[in-house]
Amino acid sequence: MGSVALLVLTIAAILFSAGGILVSKFLVRGSVNAQKGQPYECGIPSEGSPWNQFNVGYYLFALLFLIFDVELIFVYPWAVVVKKVGIMALVEIAIFFFILFTGFLYAHKKGALKWM
Amino acid sequence: MFSLEYITDSIQHWLYSTFNPTMALLLECLIIILLVTAFFGVLGLVLVLMERKVAARMQIRLGPNRVGPKGMLQTTADTIKLMMKEGLTPDGADKFLFNLAPFIVMIAAMLVLAPIAFAKGFQIWDINIGVLYVSAVSSVSVIGILMAGWASNNKYSLLGAMRSGAQIVSYELSAGLSIISIVVLSGSLQISEIIASQQTGWWLFRGHIPVIIAFVIFIIAVTAETNRAPFDLAEAESELTAGFHTEYSGMKFALFFLAEYINIFIVCAIGATLFLGGWMPLHIGHWKGFNHIMDYIPSSVWFLGKTFFLIFLIMWFRWTFPRLRVDQLLSLEWKYLLPISMFNLLLVTLIAIMGWHF
Repeated sequence: MGSVALLVLTIAAILFSAGGILVSKFLVRGSVNAQKGQPYECGIPSEGSPWNQFNVGYYLFALLFLIFDVELIFVYPWAVVVKKVGIMALVEIAIFFFILFTGFLYAHKKGALKWM
Repeated sequence: MFSLEYITDSIQHWLYSTFNPTMALLLECLIIILLVTAFFGVLGLVLVLMERKVAARMQIRLGPNRVGPKGMLQTTADTIKLMMKEGLTPDGADKFLFNLAPFIVMIAAMLVLAPIAFAKGFQIWDINIGVLYVSAVSSVSVIGILMAGWASNNKYSLLGAMRSGAQIVSYELSAGLSIISIVVLSGSLQISEIIASQQTGWWLFRGHIPVIIAFVIFIIAVTAETNRAPFDLAEAESELTAGFHTEYSGMKFALFFLAEYINIFIVCAIGATLFLGGWMPLHIGHWKGFNHIMDYIPSSVWFLGKTFFLIFLIMWFRWTFPRLRVDQLLSLEWKYLLPISMFNLLLVTLIAIMGWHF
């Protein structure tokens, strides 16, 4: 059906979600209550903002992910042609993986993979 | 022989012979919208019921058995209940992002349906980079999850979203590498060609041990990617209440819940397509008679059977393995699965180049 499918499916998803929310708006009999809007924190009033510091580990993993994900993008086109190119392609990707893996080992040695 | 292909072909033929091309295309779009929305609703209901029934059987109890025959209408009743609940937005939340997040998750789940072949010739869009498209679009849902956690103005939500994000992006790597090993074997990214390449047997049985390793890694990775137990740290009830959707209620919560189950279906469908031959019946080499008998089972039954088998497997995991700690989770991926799958890809490539597979 071609690339129209993207548009059609997006419209379908929006209609589905918006339709559900809209129908529930009509069915709901809400009540007004001062405490209702408070963020959930196991029954006690919430202290401070949640938008404060969080573990730097997430950032390191995101960086590592970025490197390996870009690697994956390179591997996709390689995977399609590898059968035609033959054994040379295997040697080349092995060298590529080796270089990548050396960097990964460096990150591991530096303690980037350790969760604090 | 019964086949969905004939039905879709005759509908398309009828549309284009009755109306002018623009009108026919519009009507086709309308039919697809109706079909996928109905499919989403039904799939959500069926999968949630299945989850509860499987969980009950694993724990030697009956599960839902009051609403409808054998409790079949339980999830429908639950959906109606959820629709009648008020959707709250917490004070101090980022209202725009808070309301946008469920839409993004739903759109991502819906878009991935496009290249999946449900039966022979029953596919919305046979894009020539199908597998790449699936792995690209399915990772968009991370943005929705991070958005939901960030906008909620709740500490549990933010922590849950962060964990979820780290987990999904990490396991995407080894899932991607296992997918690539099948791309190497079949030499194409297009879903229909990958299925066609399994005419003489499914890749799982034809590629020796490396493909089986790739399959196991794929199943582990997608279990983590869909935030299922034993990798459900993002919504570990004892630590983080409900993770990124703590603050969501009513219909918006239902959308997240639905998208989660749709994602399970999608990853299992991809797994079935790549490793178990999609709609391709079980063919063994040159056994003509056997292959012919297998061809009598409709292709949609094959596809759904394989997919639901994988879904059952993932549901089974939940009641078998205890939950991992967050550092164990990340070290499992980065120290074991990623190096193993990189090395495994090289082995699969060697098999593919030398033609050692069956």
